[in-house]
Amino acid sequence: MDWGQILSNTVVWLISPESIAYGLAALGLAVHFGYTGLLNFGQAGFMAIGAYSYAISILSFGLPWWVGILIGIVASTVFAFILGIPTLRLRADYLAIVTIAAAEIVRLLFTTQVFDEFTNSADGLGNYHQGFRDANPIPEGTYGFGPFTFNENGWWVRIFGIALLVIAALIVWLIMRSPWGRVLKGIREDEDAVRALGKNVFSYKMQSLVIGGAFGALGGVVLALPSAVVPSVYVTSLTFFLYTILLLGGAATVFGPIVGSIVFWVIMAFLSNVLPALVNVGALPFMNTIQASTLRFILVGAALMLIVIFRPQGIFGNKKELTFVK
Amino acid sequence: MTALFAAAFAALALTSMSTASAVHADEVGTDEYDYIFSGNVKNDNVPLEDVKITVEGGGYTAEVVTDAEGQWKIGVPEKATYTVTLDESTLPAGVIVAEEGPEKEVEFGLTKNKSVNFFLGEGVRVTVSFADQLVERIVNGLNFGLMLALAAIGVSLVFGTTGLSNFAHSELVTFGALMALIFSGTAFLGWPIYVAIPIAVVLSGGLGYVLDLGLWRPLRKKGVGLVQLMIVSIGLSLALRYIYSFFFGGGTYQLPGSGGDNIELFGSVKLSVIDLVSMGISIVVLAAVAFWLLRTRIGKATRAISDNASLAAASGIDVDRVIRIVWILGSALAGLSGILWAYFRPGIKWDMGTGILLLIFAAVTLGGLGTAFGALVGSIIIGLLVEVSTLWIPSDLKYVGALVVLILVLLVRPQGILGRKERIG
Repeated sequence: MDWGQILSNTVVWLISPESIAYGLAALGLAVHFGYTGLLNFGQAGFMAIGAYSYAISILSFGLPWWVGILIGIVASTVFAFILGIPTLRLRADYLAIVTIAAAEIVRLLFTTQVFDEFTNSADGLGNYHQGFRDANPIPEGTYGFGPFTFNENGWWVRIFGIALLVIAALIVWLIMRSPWGRVLKGIREDEDAVRALGKNVFSYKMQSLVIGGAFGALGGVVLALPSAVVPSVYVTSLTFFLYTILLLGGAATVFGPIVGSIVFWVIMAFLSNVLPALVNVGALPFMNTIQASTLRFILVGAALMLIVIFRPQGIFGNKKELTFVK
Repeated sequence: MTALFAAAFAALALTSMSTASAVHADEVGTDEYDYIFSGNVKNDNVPLEDVKITVEGGGYTAEVVTDAEGQWKIGVPEKATYTVTLDESTLPAGVIVAEEGPEKEVEFGLTKNKSVNFFLGEGVRVTVSFADQLVERIVNGLNFGLMLALAAIGVSLVFGTTGLSNFAHSELVTFGALMALIFSGTAFLGWPIYVAIPIAVVLSGGLGYVLDLGLWRPLRKKGVGLVQLMIVSIGLSLALRYIYSFFFGGGTYQLPGSGGDNIELFGSVKLSVIDLVSMGISIVVLAAVAFWLLRTRIGKATRAISDNASLAAASGIDVDRVIRIVWILGSALAGLSGILWAYFRPGIKWDMGTGILLLIFAAVTLGGLGTAFGALVGSIIIGLLVEVSTLWIPSDLKYVGALVVLILVLLVRPQGILGRKERIG
């Protein structure tokens, strides 16, 4: 077994676009679920809207790339309102089912043949990179050291993504220590008490849904930046992986979702390299390499169960911050 | 235009697969060029030979005529947008391109291959009347709805007795189908299907028992919150699903006898023997469950717990025992539903259950969370809605209708059709 190769294939994921994108989306979920107690199971839908808004703005309407990102944020805000106005008054588990259904509707609408002209149906969209790459300040060439060697586009995507992530984390940190953030946490702990103080709970929940949803859309954009937009990515499993990431790091924390995402992807990458390698040297005699790479998803499911049961506050969370109310 | 959707099915997008197949499409320019359009011209599932297809764009033109299998392939020099035209005069008399017209603007997706399909239909002449189609869709919808009901009752009873929205229920559905496959599949044990089904149902019930004993009961004892339990069920769903994928791979399997011949019943309504048997089984089993709920001690106890768990416990009902029975029964019914659904789809796949999980939730919510009869009513409505709506909306959007209903019900009448208002917190 080539441990050097496995190690270098693994550490790349410390700053991969996927880790950054999932971190952004999970940060949005932290705003929804961790701070406000909204059980949003439709984050995949927000990500799909961000990614498709970006790609369609560029491909079908010829807009500049940065306008595409802004449109993604606007579209996710609209989606948050459509979702939130009727459902934010519902009980937590009802909200979960409505959001999961809404995200599936979004995915099916992007997959159907009906809007093929814009969405290219199940094949997805690609070739929208020119504008973003033209804006790249890094001169052509390959940079970096060891496993972190990318060309100018690879670095530009990563730097841009990390910048977005840092700004988003800063925003969350600032708003959650403001009086506004304390109201959100109050809603999470006891909605009726906050209402008794004269706060408009519905309006606060809606603001939380919009902000978290915008982070989800940005996550979708970052996921779309290096490669392509394919509808089959935005399935409900994506949302569930985001919950695994969020709960791993700690739901009501700023760094939890980010570290959770990095840990999640590094472990996934490590397993996807090491398990087939173990099969090839005969250390896992009862399975083939395809089964070995399926094994890690079984472990994700098991990990999600174990975290929720035994350490619901995550790596960074504080047990006093009750993230699971009622 | 609704007539005879002789849908032209996607020729395989992967060249590797299509070259491996025994049928050779009539091919033009596929050797010179990397980018390939392909298609399969069929009318009412009969392949049409000698239909002329033209590809035009970027100064390049090519023509091809479909072979005896109705297949064609054209290679083009670059990844760009082309106009693909089907020459309607080469179609048999009375057949035209029903949707979008004979001309299509097509471009490549992320691969070098793109399948181009034309929806053919019987000219202006409508051979199947709208009423006949409606009846056929309704019969199919009833079949699907009864199947959903079998799965939904488990979700509803578990929710009623424990308050858990069980996201892993879809995996119990898949489990039943996979167990039936293991005992009856030709590549596996190959026993007769009427032996395999009871075994699969019993094993599904067993899985429910094991899950309750090993997971849900300890968590209830620990006093874990409902939202936490719901996320645990999501973790369980992911783990189980990929365990299936681990053992069965990504392929689709068929149970013996699926895709059998259709019998004409009345008008244009055709059903296979399996459809009829499946509907019969569903109705008998659902009637038995209804009897159990209404007339037996345990059934009454179940309803009492759904109504008010502490009151039921105070009046001497062994709540834990009833919940255990509910888990066993719910899982067994889900397993049976999975077997029937494997025939209805048709096919068994590791993630087949997730496809109907939201429909099950929609059915349960529509009928009224926690009420078993509500689940039945909701399931039949959802089944009918999904099937009948395909008369007006494209079939790849048929689940959207059901999901929209789910959302609307939660907004307008969150307690559902048969639910009572006080149950909603």
